[in-house]
Amino acid sequence: MTPADLLGQWLAGRLPAGAAAWLASGSERLRAGAADRDLYLLTSLVARHVGKEPLALTDAELKAASASRPGWDPRDWTLDQAARIYLLLASTSDGAEMCRRLDRLCSAADIGELVAFYRGLPLYPDQPLYALRAAEGVRSNMRVVFEAVAHRNPYPSEQFGEPAWNQLVLKALFVGSPLDPIVGLDARRNATLARMLCDYAHERWAASRPVNPESWRCVGPFAAGPVLEVVRHLFERGTATEQQAAALALREATDPEAARLLESHPALARNAREGNLNWERLAAARL
Amino acid sequence: MRFIDPHIHMSARTTDDYELMAAAGIVAIIEPAFWLGQPRTHVGTFVDYFSSLVGWERFRASQFGIRHYCTIGLNSKEANNEALAEQVLDVLPLFLGKEGVVAVGEIGYDDQTEAEDKCYRAQLQLAKDLGMLVQVHTPHRDKKRGTSRSMDVAIEMGLVPGSVIIDHNNEETVQEVLDRGFWAAFTLYPETKMGNERMVEIARRYGSHHIFIDSSADWGKSDPLAVPKTARLMLERGIPRPDVEAICYANALAAFGQSGQMMEEHWLTPQPRDERLLYQGNSVLRGQEPRVDELPVIPEREERLVIE
Repeated sequence: MTPADLLGQWLAGRLPAGAAAWLASGSERLRAGAADRDLYLLTSLVARHVGKEPLALTDAELKAASASRPGWDPRDWTLDQAARIYLLLASTSDGAEMCRRLDRLCSAADIGELVAFYRGLPLYPDQPLYALRAAEGVRSNMRVVFEAVAHRNPYPSEQFGEPAWNQLVLKALFVGSPLDPIVGLDARRNATLARMLCDYAHERWAASRPVNPESWRCVGPFAAGPVLEVVRHLFERGTATEQQAAALALREATDPEAARLLESHPALARNAREGNLNWERLAAARL
Repeated sequence: MRFIDPHIHMSARTTDDYELMAAAGIVAIIEPAFWLGQPRTHVGTFVDYFSSLVGWERFRASQFGIRHYCTIGLNSKEANNEALAEQVLDVLPLFLGKEGVVAVGEIGYDDQTEAEDKCYRAQLQLAKDLGMLVQVHTPHRDKKRGTSRSMDVAIEMGLVPGSVIIDHNNEETVQEVLDRGFWAAFTLYPETKMGNERMVEIARRYGSHHIFIDSSADWGKSDPLAVPKTARLMLERGIPRPDVEAICYANALAAFGQSGQMMEEHWLTPQPRDERLLYQGNSVLRGQEPRVDELPVIPEREERLVIE
């Protein structure tokens, strides 16, 4: 089944009859080639007709989602978001057309709509076309909008070049968003990002401000030379959580000096190596 | 006490204002679409303005624990640029259905020109077609006649008085507005509109049925704490507490709540989905029932030398 089929099926099973009929007739009109204006009105009226309750997918449904579109993880989606993306997908299967409509929709969107349109990114036709739109979402200062692109969304890791990707990670730190829900966080680590994160940490420390320990997750593999010195500082003088983060980073470093440093604190080294300590747990503990 | 300011132009205000408003007990606000102090010349600037009212400004308010709603419409002053006004009327339907849009507004008369009349009527028709409320700005000049005319035209266009909020009332207009069954809002705005000592006397004379107050604070010399300040003045001068609560909170909610877009639960018991729009994920109010007997606290801006 396509993602659009799945969305239709999930909504049909969850909406009251009136709302389901409204959505069905709206999507039919769009499939039959209704004007732009109908799409704009239908998508904005969604909240009034279908409400904003969680979609609350079952494990089986979530599996079907990722089978239909690898990496698609709609576990946090709400009814209005599902319905908006369902309508959008019904309106066209042409990438250029979708891209144009999405730009217009975003230029007149309320917060709820923006969140929906960005969460829908992995489902639009001709995926590379939306990289600029997605980067625009990352620039948003509305944290919910930023997180619609950044969290549980495979789009950025698949389509962003390194500069845009690095901006996304730094922006997450700036707006206080957790890093763990960023899809592809480990796979997209790079030396430039590690350097940027070290600079960022220095800036924060100079201002006596704390640094999110999740930052070091993107630094570990590049911990050598000056980067290793930053991790050493953290490992030797940080808070308990920062020391754990440093241990996890050192575990992934290839520089023999990093291994020696890690062994200087045998209990932490053991926890990091045996998996009692991991980034997911460290992230969860901060929430 | 809790307050609603049902008419305030936050895009013209600072974060200091938001902090003070939240500290004074303002839980929800309505930001009407209006002009920006000078006329716009392109439809695109209207589109961006409307979209900031349903987007960025709402988010900004939420960071201070204040729930933000808005009204969308073409104001009377800018209705006089007829070519532009046509284009703006065309884009209104894109925004009227957005979440948290509680009425078509603020619309009505300024100079009471023909162009204004045309736009006012077109927007009343839109409100009627979409089943929406209307928030009417009454003119500064030739006010009494302009207010009567605003109501005449609303009725003529088929609107029900209970779905129309007549704003910027004064001693001269209130009786007719109430007699005809419309909602009467009063704007506490220094020099050009109402002062709050006058408002106390209006409350004494007319009670609280269908009456509420707002600040209309904007880019002019105005006061975003006008609602809590006036509440306090009313209480100190012997207006019964239930009347004060109706005038400063409940009536605005009753009037604009008819839209289905504004509900007390939005700030008292926000849904998990909505919580993400609230400051630090928490309503400032949860678990804190305001004490019944206390006077509103009017916070003062705290000056700090050290910036952290």
